[in-house]
Amino acid sequence: MPSLKQLSSEKDLFASGHRACAGCAASIILRQVALVAGKNTVFVGATGCMEVVSTIFPYTAWKVPFLHNAFENSAATASGIESIYRSLKKRGKITKKINVIAFGGDGGTYDIGFQSLSGAMERRHNMLYLCYNNEAYMNTGIQRSSATPYGAHTTTSPAGTVIPGKQQFPKDLTEAIAAHDIPYLAQAAPHNWADFTKKVEKALSIEGPTFINVLSACPLGWVYPTHLSIKISKLAAETCFWPLYEVENGIHKINFRPKEKKPLLEWIKLQGRFRHLLSEHNKHIIEEAQKEVDRKWDRLLKMAEAKI
Amino acid sequence: MKKIVVAKTGNEAMAEAMRQINPDVVAAYPITPATEVVQIFSGFVADGRVDTEFVPAESEHSALSACVGAAAAGGRVMTSTASQGLALMHEVLFIAAGLRLPIVICEVNRALAGPINIHCDHSDTMASRDSGWLQIYSENSQEAYDNTIQAMKIAEKVFLPAIVSVDAFIISHSMERLEILPDDEVRSFIGEHRKPYDLLDIAHPITLGGLDLQDYFFEHKRQEIEAMKEAKTAVIEVGKEFGEKFGTSYGFFEEYRMDGADIAIIALGSTAGTSKVVVDTLRAKGMKVGLFKIRVFRPFAFEEIKKSLEHIKAIGVLDRADGMSSIGGPVFHEIRSSLYESEKRPFITNYIYGLGGRDIFPKDIETVYRELNEIAEKDEVKNLINYIGVRE
Ligand SMILES: Cc1ncc(C[n+]2csc(CCOP(=O)(O)OP(=O)(O)O)c2C)c(N)n1
Ligand code: SF4
Ligand SMILES: [Mg+2]
Repeated sequence: MPSLKQLSSEKDLFASGHRACAGCAASIILRQVALVAGKNTVFVGATGCMEVVSTIFPYTAWKVPFLHNAFENSAATASGIESIYRSLKKRGKITKKINVIAFGGDGGTYDIGFQSLSGAMERRHNMLYLCYNNEAYMNTGIQRSSATPYGAHTTTSPAGTVIPGKQQFPKDLTEAIAAHDIPYLAQAAPHNWADFTKKVEKALSIEGPTFINVLSACPLGWVYPTHLSIKISKLAAETCFWPLYEVENGIHKINFRPKEKKPLLEWIKLQGRFRHLLSEHNKHIIEEAQKEVDRKWDRLLKMAEAKI
Repeated sequence: MKKIVVAKTGNEAMAEAMRQINPDVVAAYPITPATEVVQIFSGFVADGRVDTEFVPAESEHSALSACVGAAAAGGRVMTSTASQGLALMHEVLFIAAGLRLPIVICEVNRALAGPINIHCDHSDTMASRDSGWLQIYSENSQEAYDNTIQAMKIAEKVFLPAIVSVDAFIISHSMERLEILPDDEVRSFIGEHRKPYDLLDIAHPITLGGLDLQDYFFEHKRQEIEAMKEAKTAVIEVGKEFGEKFGTSYGFFEEYRMDGADIAIIALGSTAGTSKVVVDTLRAKGMKVGLFKIRVFRPFAFEEIKKSLEHIKAIGVLDRADGMSSIGGPVFHEIRSSLYESEKRPFITNYIYGLGGRDIFPKDIETVYRELNEIAEKDEVKNLINYIGVRE
């Protein structure tokens, strides 16, 4: 496992000069992944912010092979690459180990690409799928996705005078993928680079499908000053809204347990997308959201305890 | 050269061609009436008769997406589908062509829902005609086999994907005489795999499918258009070479008894076979009739078609799909457009037929010839758009 110092002396494979917003966590995530994966890696990216900011022809931020196909099919596309790689390897036409990494935003993963991802995991292609979850369709202007938190304002779940933001809790995609019984999956966030990069490294060392769901703070869509991305990412873990954990061969393991679980409000109050929840008459929404966080965290604790 | 003569259905014939091509990757999803192609091919994989990695995708969208990934990573790639499956692939069809990936689809022409139907018409491939794929229609099992082999070679020559199709059930499930070429002959005919890119070439990383905006997209599309023009040359070269090696030459179209013909029918696929029988009958009675069978619909042989047809007095275009434009089918429009510049400008009428598998009989085709005869005699088209065999 390389240290941060070592990693920072490596040449970037996801280069600067891309067009992500200042403070975009997703670009930090991709940079970290590319560094850990190294140059013997093929990336497939789904339509969304990261594809758009990194590949505007004739420029590219990618110093490793990169393919964009469409919005909902990066997992299926990667399964084709992995298949030809396996075929060539079997016939001795290729000898080196090449990583295949597919990624998509929450829209391209939780929603429109869910089937494609499920299929690729079930067929047990040897690939890492990485979801950078910024909790909405950012590229098209901040529309709600099934990953958008309860109560959040987006342009299709606006905080109106009658309906105060998104009315559903987010889908638990990580557990949905766990139900595929793949050898390794994890939740991570970029503020904890050591945990995150270790997970990427582990996933790539494992034969078979692996999945990492990475929370990806987005100043534009979450509405906060650009310098707060890492702080907000950290708070998501400290409030247990976004537990850092992994599931290896079916066994849940929590990688970060806050000494004292912080109230969800601390995370919420830094973000403009939740501003409407701070008024007195929407207090119950924060309470419900807190209850849901508590319920899920308790469940995770129990699973980890029971080693299931 | 030792050809093997067997009895095979259209599906079996295409699967056999796929086996001989021995693609690196086949990613597919079952759908009636093309299911058999995938089934038979899975058998080849299971028995180790091909080197192919078979990806049993969870949908046609994913199947073609996997094909795109595999082809971009330097593989020779094929798939098979029909109707709803081709419609589900629609988005990715354009991407495969735009990225210039020489993938081949063995397609079975089945009506597009709704209402849902499983039988033959051409609405599925006609709905994909603008996607940048070559389209080759087959009259029978033999052509399905020959066309599949040629399609792979043509696709890799011009770096465009190709669809080879047969009519649902009429060809896909009918047992016919098939001459199979020796494996090594097929492989040497197609030659070494020519790949446009190789994502697995780690030493030379490329970014493919990136965002292409106002400043470059048009140039890339212009190149794709040019490739489709070049495909015309490739179709002819490969069809000729196939003839020299194996005995039967192929071109854009087949002119059946068109010499001295006054009137002609234009058809695609199995109906061309039925029409030939009618042509023989009518010729025996002294009528100057011919059949013009379109084999390659994309690229469209505009000039060549004009040249071949302009001396005909009256033409009936049979369309097994309606463009829902309120003014006839897709083949009709393109044929009519081809003849616009002709000074002679034949009379042209359109016959929509066979939707959802409605049978077309020799007597129906005979009626068309009689109507064309009347048009030629009276110098007048009464009905521009006609429907064969429908209750109205
Ligand atoms: C089939 C299809 N539907 C819709 C779109 C429009 N679209 C492009 S990106 C996007 C949202 C992407 O959201 P997400 O996957 O969360 O990535 P983000 O932009 O947030 O990084 C949408 C809706 C598309 N490109 N393709
Ligand atoms: S909108 Fe959000 S996810 Fe997209 S580039 Fe900007 S900060 Fe990153
Ligand atoms: Mg998103």
